[in-house]
Amino acid sequence: MNTVMRDVDAVDRVDVEPVSKEATRELYKARVKIFPMRSSGTFRALKWWVMAVTLAIYYLTPWIRWDRGPFAPDQAVLVDLAHRRFYFFFVEIWPQEFYYVAGLLIMAGVGLFLVTSVLGRAWCGYTCPQTVWVDLFLVVERFVEGDRNARIMLDRARWTLEKIAKRVVKHAAWLVIAVATGGAWIFYFADAPWLAQALVTGEAPFIAYSTIAVLTGTTYLFAGFMREQVCIYMCPWPRIQSAMFDENTLIVTYNDWRGEPRGYLAKQRDPSLGDCIACNMCVAVCPQGIDIRDGQQLECISCALCIDACNGVMDRIGKPRGLISYTTLTDFKERAAGKVAKLSWREVVRLRTIVYASVWALAGLAMLAVLADRDRLEVNVLHDRNPLYVQLSDGGVRNGYTVKILNMVPQPRSFELSLEDLEGATFTVAGSDAPPAESVRVDVGADRVRSLRVYVTVGPAYVRAGRTEFEFEVEDVAGEEDADYLAAFHAP
Amino acid sequence: MAEPERDQVSGTETTGHEWDGIKELNTPLPRWWLWTFYATIVWALIYTILYPAWPLVSSATSGVLGYSSRAEVAANIAAAKAAQSQYLDQIAVLPLEDIRADQSLFEFALAGGRSAFAVNCSPCHGSGAQGGRGFPNLNDDDWLWGGSLDGIDMSIRHGIRYAADEDARISEMPAFGRDGLLEPAQIADVVQFVLSLSGKDHEADSAIRGVQIFTDNCADCHGATGDGDRNQGAPALNDAIWLYGDSAEAIAAQVTNPNHGVMPAWARRLDDTVIKQLALYVHSLGGGE
Repeated sequence: MNTVMRDVDAVDRVDVEPVSKEATRELYKARVKIFPMRSSGTFRALKWWVMAVTLAIYYLTPWIRWDRGPFAPDQAVLVDLAHRRFYFFFVEIWPQEFYYVAGLLIMAGVGLFLVTSVLGRAWCGYTCPQTVWVDLFLVVERFVEGDRNARIMLDRARWTLEKIAKRVVKHAAWLVIAVATGGAWIFYFADAPWLAQALVTGEAPFIAYSTIAVLTGTTYLFAGFMREQVCIYMCPWPRIQSAMFDENTLIVTYNDWRGEPRGYLAKQRDPSLGDCIACNMCVAVCPQGIDIRDGQQLECISCALCIDACNGVMDRIGKPRGLISYTTLTDFKERAAGKVAKLSWREVVRLRTIVYASVWALAGLAMLAVLADRDRLEVNVLHDRNPLYVQLSDGGVRNGYTVKILNMVPQPRSFELSLEDLEGATFTVAGSDAPPAESVRVDVGADRVRSLRVYVTVGPAYVRAGRTEFEFEVEDVAGEEDADYLAAFHAP
Repeated sequence: MAEPERDQVSGTETTGHEWDGIKELNTPLPRWWLWTFYATIVWALIYTILYPAWPLVSSATSGVLGYSSRAEVAANIAAAKAAQSQYLDQIAVLPLEDIRADQSLFEFALAGGRSAFAVNCSPCHGSGAQGGRGFPNLNDDDWLWGGSLDGIDMSIRHGIRYAADEDARISEMPAFGRDGLLEPAQIADVVQFVLSLSGKDHEADSAIRGVQIFTDNCADCHGATGDGDRNQGAPALNDAIWLYGDSAEAIAAQVTNPNHGVMPAWARRLDDTVIKQLALYVHSLGGGE
C-alpha cells in the first residue's frame, strides 16, 4: 500500500488498493490492516446520531427507575435471574411467560428482514453493535494517532517514544471503553446503583467481575483488532442477507454507467471518460477495505461512507452528486439504459415488504393482545399418584393434591380456595389444624408462588367409583381475579 | 541432504514418499494449533505437579496442592451438616408438637422425613406410604397403635412385635382354629358376625349365632361392637379398612391362623432426629391425629 498523495487540481488522489478484492481473495490470508480515512457528509452525520442514541440506550437504560411499589425492584429494565423475573417498565414476566421474549425475537428477526429488503444491510451499517463500537474505537484511534496517513506512517515507523506513548494512550482508552461496555452489561442483571457501589468497593459477586472481564476482552478484541473480520468471517447474518435482497432493494451502488471509463482528473481530460476520476476516496474511507466500484460484495455493510466521500469529490469537481448512491437494481438498469428513473413508492411497498410488515405487525399485535389480557393469578394442581386415593375407615375416600397458587402481582393478596362440582367433598390443608371445610382463605405473598398440600375427602354417601372431574377454584378476596383448574378425584 | 521436493501446484514440500504416483504434501500444522498443543503440554505438566496424578506402586503422587476428591466430598458433607445443624439442633431438643408449630422447622423436618422414609420405610410401606396386604397404609385415619405424633414416634422407635427391643409393642391374637379353640363352624359364624359389624353382606342366621362366640372370644380385645383397642393393637372391625382383606375367606383365615406383622425398632438404626422427622412426616400424610 502506497501512501504518496499527488495533487491533481482540486482533488487528492489516494493510491490505495482494496484489502478485500475478489480477484486477490485467498482462503488463508493474514489480516491486512485497514486505515479508514475520516469522511464527512449526510450519512456520516446520520451515523454519529445513531451511534449516540444506541450507546445512550445501552449505557443509560439500567439507570432508569420505575416505581413498582414496596415489593418489587424499582429498576425499569431488570433481568432478575436469581428470582427468575424479568422487568420491563410496566411489564413483569415470569419464566413461564418467556414466550414474550420469543415473540420479541421473532419480531426482531422479521423486522430485520423488512429493513434489509428495503434498505439492504442498514442494520449492519448503522446499528449493529460491532459497527457502533468499531466506529467508537476509530474515533479514539483518530484522536490519538491522527487520520489515515498519519496512522499508516505511525504503523510503519520504528518504535520511538512517541509511537509507544501514542499506542499506550490508544489502548488504554480502548480498554476503558471496553471495561465500561462490560460494566454496563451487568447492570441489567442487578440493581444498578447498588451494584455500582459494590463494584467499586470490591463487594460485588465474582460473576459480576468475571462477566466484566469477559466482555472487556471481547469488546477490546472485536472492536480494536478484529473489526471487519467479525463481519466477514464470524457473523452469519451477511450470509443470509442475499435471500432478502431483490431488484427493488436500496443498495450502495457505484453507478458505473456514469463513472466508467474512469480516468484521472487533468487539465485536458478526454471527454469520453466517465465521471469517476479514480481518486480512490471511496476505497480510502471504507472500514471494510473494499472497492465499491467492484460491485455488490459480501464484505459491504452499506455504511454509505463511500457515498459521502464521493459526493464530496463530485461537489469539488462540479459534477452532480450520486456517482455512488443508494440505488435499486431496477433503477440502476433504467438509468444505465439512459432513462430517467426515480425511486417510486412501488419499489418500497411491494409484496415482500408487505408480507414482512404484516407478519411483524401481527406478531406485535398478538403479543400486545395477550399481554393486555394475561392472567396475574394462576393455579396449578398436581394430583398425588402414589397413593392415587386413600380409603378411610368410615368408608369415605381421600385424595391428595399439591395446589400451587401463583400471585403474579407485586402486592400480597388473599384468595379463597374452594372446590366446584364435587358433591359431599370437604378439604383440609396440611399443616393446619382447622376442621375440614368447603373453602379456605389463603394468603400469598407479593410476587410469590404458594404451594399447599390439600387433602380432599368425599363422604361415604357420595363416593363414586372411578374418576370424577371437578375444579379447584381460586378467587381473589378483593374480587378482581379468579382462576380454576380442572382436576380429577379417584375412588376405588 | 538433498533439497526437499516441492509440489508444483501448491508450492508445499512433499513428504518424499510416493504411493502409486501419489505424493503426500508435508503441510505444516497451523501455528495457532501448534501453540495450543504446546500450551496443553505445559498445562498437563503443571497439572500433574499440582494435583494427584502419577501412579506409584501402591498409591499415587498426591500433588503439591494436596487435593483429593474424597476430601472434597467429606468437606461438602461436613458443610451440609453444618448448614443443617441450626435445624437439627432444634429438632433434637424440641418436642414434636413444637417442631410442628414452627413452620420453617416443620418444612425442614418434612423434607428430611420424606427422604428417610424413602430409604428405610418404603420397602414395606410403599413409596407413597400406601402399604399393602399385611403392611398398614399410613395415609389413612385408621391406626392400630395410635396416630398421634407421640404414638407414631413410639412405633418407629421401638417397633412392633420386635423381640430385640423390650419396649416394642406386642400383641398376639390367639390362633383360634389352629389351636382348636373354636370349631370351623363356629369360626364361620363369627366371621359372618364380623362382616355384619361394618355393614357388609352376610348371612343373618349365621351372624346371629356368631354374636355369642364373638362376645366370649373376641370382645375382650376388639370391643363388643368391634371398635378395636389401640392399647393392645387390636384393629377396629367395624370400619372400611382391612389389613388382611375383607372377604369372608380372608377373615376366616385370620381367625384360624392369624398373621402378625413385625416392624423393627428403628431407634437402633437411625438418629433420634431422623426418627422425629419420620414421625412428623408420617403424621403429615393425612391421617395424623
